[in-house]
Amino acid sequence: MNSRFTWFNATSLTLGFVFLYLPILLLVIFSFNESRLVTVWAGFSTKWYVELFQDEAFLDAALVTLRVALLSATVATILGTLAAVVMIRAGRFRGRTLFSGMIYAPLVMPEVITGLSLLLLFVAIGIDRGFWTITIAHITFSMCYAAVVVSSRMVTFDTSLEEAATDLGCTPFQSFIKVTLPIMAPAIVSAWLLAFTLSLDDLVIASFTSGPGATTLPMKIYSQVRLGVTPQINALSTILISVVTLGVLTASFLTRRAETKRKADELLAGS
Amino acid sequence: MNISPNKKPSARFAPWEDPAQKPLVRFGNVTKRFGSFTAIDNISLDIYEREFFALLGPSGCGKTTMMRMLAGFEKPSEGTISLGGEDIADIPPYKRPVNMMFQSYALFPHMTVEANIAFGLKQDKWPKQQISERVEEMLSLVQLTKFAKRKPHQLSGGQRQRVALARSLAKKPKLLLLDEPLGALDKKLREKTQFELMDIQEKLGMTFVIVTHDQEEAMTVASRIAVMDDGKLIQVATPEVIYEYPNCRYVADFIGDVNLVEGRISSKTEEMVKLAWAEGQGDIDISNKNGCAAGENACLAIRPEKVHVTREEPQDVDNKIRGVIHDIAYIGNLSTYYVKLGNGQIFRAQESNRRRLANREFTWDDQVWLSWRNTAGVLLQK
Ligand SMILES: Nc1ncnc2c1ncn2[C@@H]1O[C@H](COP(=O)(O)OP(=O)(O)OP(=O)(O)O)[C@@H](O)[C@H]1O
Ligand SMILES: [Mg+2]
Repeated sequence: MNSRFTWFNATSLTLGFVFLYLPILLLVIFSFNESRLVTVWAGFSTKWYVELFQDEAFLDAALVTLRVALLSATVATILGTLAAVVMIRAGRFRGRTLFSGMIYAPLVMPEVITGLSLLLLFVAIGIDRGFWTITIAHITFSMCYAAVVVSSRMVTFDTSLEEAATDLGCTPFQSFIKVTLPIMAPAIVSAWLLAFTLSLDDLVIASFTSGPGATTLPMKIYSQVRLGVTPQINALSTILISVVTLGVLTASFLTRRAETKRKADELLAGS
Repeated sequence: MNISPNKKPSARFAPWEDPAQKPLVRFGNVTKRFGSFTAIDNISLDIYEREFFALLGPSGCGKTTMMRMLAGFEKPSEGTISLGGEDIADIPPYKRPVNMMFQSYALFPHMTVEANIAFGLKQDKWPKQQISERVEEMLSLVQLTKFAKRKPHQLSGGQRQRVALARSLAKKPKLLLLDEPLGALDKKLREKTQFELMDIQEKLGMTFVIVTHDQEEAMTVASRIAVMDDGKLIQVATPEVIYEYPNCRYVADFIGDVNLVEGRISSKTEEMVKLAWAEGQGDIDISNKNGCAAGENACLAIRPEKVHVTREEPQDVDNKIRGVIHDIAYIGNLSTYYVKLGNGQIFRAQESNRRRLANREFTWDDQVWLSWRNTAGVLLQK
């Protein structure tokens, strides 16, 4: 450990982490609590998990959430990739700056506003709210994240690779499929994982755009909590946290690995 | 610098001298602009089938741009490029019978060496058996058989360059564009690969256009060399002509070593030009190959190896000047003597070292005579 690791640094680091993770840790611990009381420890048990998996309503909500997340992440990744390709590749066309600016805008838009405006849209065109409206709404906002992730990799993509493929007989479409996509794959996968986790833990937009019969897990948790926190909720939250953490970690791992590999390649190429 | 060994004296290959020959590639007044910057400036050029054509010039003069226009990645801003008599402006790269080796190699990082080389063949739907045979052949050609299963990032720079070369050669295209194909190789391997390229080119009757920074390489491999500067063609000729009869100071200076003597033409006859070059020195005789008129300023270009250094005043020579040895550059087989003339100019003369260093004839500050024949140099207009 180097000399800069002082008493002060250690304390602030610990405090920071405690601040961040203590609530989550408590939640996880109490999900294994024997007692129904959320604040009194009465021994280890997994009964709340068992109970959770026997609760029809929860299972339904989980299924909806999962389907929404899978579908919206997939569509958002496809659209986001296309948007990234256009933004990076199309060169200077009229309105390019406007277009790329508009892609990023929803990232900083308050969720309430996104949700509200989507709700107004769905009401205006008269779609029944439910599974599909949530999915569409999730595609809308997670697509921007996907576009950002993919385009940050696209910037460093060496276009002479595509030229080489065309030179060897590929049409532009074939060279995109055979060369560009495989090289971009790590970025696309991490974009998908990001979109997936975003959809999984979204509450605000889903609440605005859902209808009867389509309740996502975060909505379910929220409505339950208003009646009081149960250990069941803790168990459910623990599961959600695990899934989201896994997704985020995988995404950042993939990005990092692709980045180091690219750097190594460049280093060698430059030598 | 020596003249290429591959020119066979019999059956001289010179389609550019035959007006009945149709060129394979024709640049017709081609200009290429990037925004307001003119990268290629009104170039007209014919390249014939089976030629090994070299583009030579300083960095940024537009060599790669010429190649990219031939491959189809750039469109000329003005003028036409035709291939086999057909305007290729609207033919996309993947339909041209042209392959290019990229200066940056552009190897596919997600594929093995093997897969990189097979890529174009698979694209052309060759049978599997033939693909693997051709890949095998290409790998042994570039001496990478051992590395077939590696990915590009596991190779050294020179090895990658050879993969790129193998990949572009694999399809045996009608026209192959090589953008500095051997720059990252060591001298031995480079020379070997040069001869192999010449061999392939001759055997398969392909046409090669090569970009190189290495003038010796251009001299060795090329049937003709185009010297470029700043988007323009300065001289297009065989290596011999470029070396012996450069058409301007730029070419003379760019290719090999040269002594340039500024002066004024004092007299001119049918076969001889006299160049007055310094006060109190005799005029230099130059056999008249150039259209300079008497009284004009001109410049003599003479290669160091054509100038002899002797201790005694030479007899029976056309031109001789006295000087003092200023510096000696010993490069093994040759020594270059930097001789200071009466007017302060440094003149370079090159002698081969037939004797050992210890027995060398001259040393610093020796008084010597420089001499050369009047056919040895060329007169260049200002
Ligand atoms: N896409 C482009 N946009 C703008 N300028 C360009 C572009 N491509 C090339 N140029 C310019 O055109 C000129 C010629 O470039 P080119 O790549 O043909 O040079 P080169 O002769 O191959 O040089 P080198 O020997 O360094 O490879 C350069 O000044 C370069 O900056
Ligand atoms: Mg170049």
